[in-house]
Amino acid sequence: MRQLLLFISIIAVGLLFLSRLFYLQIYDANNYSIFEDNAIRKVYDYPKRGFVYDRKGQLLVANQPSYDVMIIPREVKPLDTLEFCSLLKINKEQFVKKYNRANHYSPRLPSVFVSHLSKEDYAVLQEKMRKYEGFYIQKRSLRHYQTTIGANVLGDIGEVNNANIRKDPYYKMGDLIGKQGIEASYEKTLRGKKGIKFIQKDRFNRNIGPYKAGKFDTIPEQGKDITITIDAELQAYGELLMKNKRGGIIAIEPSSGEILAMVAAPTYDPNILVGRDRSKNFTKLYNDSIAKPLFNRSLQGVYEPGSPFKLMNALIALQEGVITPEETITCYGGYKYGNSFMKCHCNRGTRNNMIGGIQRSCNTYFATTYRRILDKTGNASEGIDIWSKHAQSFGLGQFLNNDLYVGQKGRIPDRNYYKSIYPSTFYSTYTISNAIGQGEVATTPIQLANMIAAIANRGYYYTPHIIKHIEGETLPEQFTKPKYTTINKAHFEPVIEGMLQVYKKGTAASLQVKDIDICGKTGTVENFAIIDSVKTQLTDHSIFVAFAPKENPKIAIAVFVENGYWGSRFAGKVASLMIEKHIKGYITRHDLEEWLLKHSLENEYAKPYSGKPFKINGHTTLQIVDDQEYKQLKKELNRIKKTEN
Amino acid sequence: MVRLTNRHFKFDWITIILFFLLVGFGWLNILSASQTGTDINYFDFSQPFGKQLIFIFLTFGLIILLLAIDAKFYERFASIIYFISMLSLVGLFLFGKNVNGATSWYAIGGLTIQPSEFAKFATALAVAKHISDINTNINSIKDQLQTFVIILIPAILVLLQNDTGSTIVYGAFFFVLYREGLPKYYLTIGVGMIIISIVSLKFGAIIASIATLILVLGFHFISKKRLRVYQSLFIVLAAIAISFGVKFFYQSILKPHQQDRISLWLRLEKDPQKLEQMKRTFAYNLNESEKAISSGGFSGKGFMEGTRTTGKFVPEQHTDYIFSTVGEEWGFLGSAFVVIVFVLLLLRILHLAELQKSQFSRVYGYGVASIIFVHFFINIGMVMGLIPTIGIPLPLFSYGGSGLWAFTILIFIFIKLDSNRINEW
Repeated sequence: MRQLLLFISIIAVGLLFLSRLFYLQIYDANNYSIFEDNAIRKVYDYPKRGFVYDRKGQLLVANQPSYDVMIIPREVKPLDTLEFCSLLKINKEQFVKKYNRANHYSPRLPSVFVSHLSKEDYAVLQEKMRKYEGFYIQKRSLRHYQTTIGANVLGDIGEVNNANIRKDPYYKMGDLIGKQGIEASYEKTLRGKKGIKFIQKDRFNRNIGPYKAGKFDTIPEQGKDITITIDAELQAYGELLMKNKRGGIIAIEPSSGEILAMVAAPTYDPNILVGRDRSKNFTKLYNDSIAKPLFNRSLQGVYEPGSPFKLMNALIALQEGVITPEETITCYGGYKYGNSFMKCHCNRGTRNNMIGGIQRSCNTYFATTYRRILDKTGNASEGIDIWSKHAQSFGLGQFLNNDLYVGQKGRIPDRNYYKSIYPSTFYSTYTISNAIGQGEVATTPIQLANMIAAIANRGYYYTPHIIKHIEGETLPEQFTKPKYTTINKAHFEPVIEGMLQVYKKGTAASLQVKDIDICGKTGTVENFAIIDSVKTQLTDHSIFVAFAPKENPKIAIAVFVENGYWGSRFAGKVASLMIEKHIKGYITRHDLEEWLLKHSLENEYAKPYSGKPFKINGHTTLQIVDDQEYKQLKKELNRIKKTEN
Repeated sequence: MVRLTNRHFKFDWITIILFFLLVGFGWLNILSASQTGTDINYFDFSQPFGKQLIFIFLTFGLIILLLAIDAKFYERFASIIYFISMLSLVGLFLFGKNVNGATSWYAIGGLTIQPSEFAKFATALAVAKHISDINTNINSIKDQLQTFVIILIPAILVLLQNDTGSTIVYGAFFFVLYREGLPKYYLTIGVGMIIISIVSLKFGAIIASIATLILVLGFHFISKKRLRVYQSLFIVLAAIAISFGVKFFYQSILKPHQQDRISLWLRLEKDPQKLEQMKRTFAYNLNESEKAISSGGFSGKGFMEGTRTTGKFVPEQHTDYIFSTVGEEWGFLGSAFVVIVFVLLLLRILHLAELQKSQFSRVYGYGVASIIFVHFFINIGMVMGLIPTIGIPLPLFSYGGSGLWAFTILIFIFIKLDSNRINEW
């Protein structure tokens, strides 16, 4: 027995050690990564972020150097905080707060201590930096905008957050990442790839040479320059026209799907989201829950399309053969179905063929055609599915799948959609509002512009996109291959003729532009808001869609002006000017321009928040902008015009 | 059995192979831990790996010498060797050189010698000699005390030189004495005291006292082998005394750095900021060595590839913390290999010791196994954070000439004794 004590002790200790080794090296050890190893210092070399040019080669976004003071808390040695704080222009409390925050994030990983030093501060600090162990200066490159427009297009870059780091380990604390716009959607192209040097440290945190003689080091890959499809001048012009209004403009080149202008109003100067003031300004924009400047209305705003959707119904009717262009339908000032009545602006007894129906935007005409489409087979359930399929072939009711960072599906209902409301019986009259683009139909401005582009092309479209060229790359097929709609080419002509008549003598007759055959369609959309939990009607949205010229179209456009009342009042004017600007390069309709600059809808937008009862539509008066602002806008206009030459 | 009849090959080759496995693998790790750049001159004698290489070469001469000497010599001269060894320890108070707070070195020219390393085998010889004496009866208190004195003299001498680690090593002789018949209550009392001390420090003296009381009461009434009432009472009182005594010992007698080590080991410190502070100061070594071992993973980073070893993150890595290099560069595979080789070596010596026919050889063999075992347990246990920091080297592995030679002598005397077994009738 006595022999066993040492024997058992030896075996027990052996087993104890083996299990401890197992625990330390296998169970508890997270896979060894050179990045986690604090014996290896990682020095990053940040590449130049790619520049952004507009379609005409104008530089929009460049870079400027910026210097961040970084901290690795566990390496910080006692220091002269007073001097250090004064160099960084912070006080002791801030120092302690920043230190604790960094230490809380990680004592061994670097975090940003003070970001975006000015060049002067950097120069002074750099001299003394070696005195402060645990701190170092990281050079980064910030954006330098060469323009004040296109904030919603260009987007911005900002520091990565924890979610970004978790999702992609490429990013380290303090790195910059595209947050919105093309900065976000082309992040990987623009950022390049940072280089990394691994440096072996000793326990005193001194560098003792490159790790493995630099075997794993990489050199940075420069970010690629990109050219976007936006015409900076047109964009600037659009933004100016939309001043003091809310809404969006999307202009597309039908022959390529390139987005010429993408205006979201209100907008802001992209320069305010650069550097030290970024977080302050971003918070301000983010918290503006009324004007929502960060909300890209031209991409994310889901509106009922209104009358422009009648074009869609006309095309479907022709394709399904339920009407001919020549057939006339008599309007009795409205359309009676069952016990209901849908009013129309037509005089009692007007006989409209298709062209007339589009020109006058006759509700009766389109209610009739819509019902015929649905009732073609005698089964409205089948009919609405066919109708829905046609509409969806124009890219409506689904994501466009493009290279824009945000987007919305909109809504094109089918039978399935109505299942919950009408589980058993379903008649075409139930959804009659769809005939005039109200009810369940909803689109974003970009979808509507794309629909117009497809009409302009007589039956196909290219996915609208914003990238024109990437240094050394070709565009993906997704943007260069046409997508065909389910409507035959021949059916487009009567619809286009109708759109032309809208300009010639219809609802947009006052907006004609000399020498350009514009085909358009106005829209006036009822809309509601919940105010103090009461559904309240607001002034109608002003909508306009158009393309021009009629043959070989160069531009297709959709304009939404929130609460602008009827279609040609605001949106139509904007569309005409944008078309003229794009096609001619100069403006002849100065009257329209003046009118738009002079009038503001701010009072309209303030109404729901005033807490007082208010009137809408015909009972409103337009607000005139004050002289000083008007002068400012004029100056802006002259600046844009100067660049024309 | 690797035991040839030819008299030149009658040595136990298993032990010898295991010995060289450890020495050789140890040197590779010393090389890795002490190399300074990519350009390595293995014979750079200003560097630890170069010096250790000389020590290893000299070991061969030493081994030949040890095996050439007649086996009877060791038994006959055990007392004299012990006496000389003790003299060399005493001499340290006069001529010793202070390194890291411990006065345990003689400096002769460029060479430093640590006599406490050699005192271990001397003591093992003396204990073997004393116990195997025909007049010694380990069950008599007088002989027990005599044996204790033999062990305590070197233990106290090294303690006075501030070499606490080496003192604890002399505790290894408990295994030897127990094997040779030391009464069982020594074991009970020893283990009991350790448990009560730990419980008292961790949970407080009162809880420790109450726990003992309950245990003794339970034992008293349930067990068939009843203790007398006064015996039970004595145990309880002793336990209470130890419970409170150990608190006093911890707070008043231990030095602050020793308190800290125990506090960290028993997780007495709960404040995370203080813990972090500990990790940066005195527990820095431990923390870094655990991290280095852990970072090795299953198969390690490869020979000379350990980033923490290269960066010299673990101080004293080529000496007491050499096992962390094994852990980082050779991973679980390499570390387990080292542990298993040590266990095999220990079991082999133990097995041979039991085979000995002379009591002297058996006791000495037991002493060899016990001393190496305690070193192995304390050193690797410390490096992996299982026991408080106690600075003693890993036998055959750690850098250092005195240590290497002392263990070589320790082991090869036994191999020689073992080879002579056949003649001992």
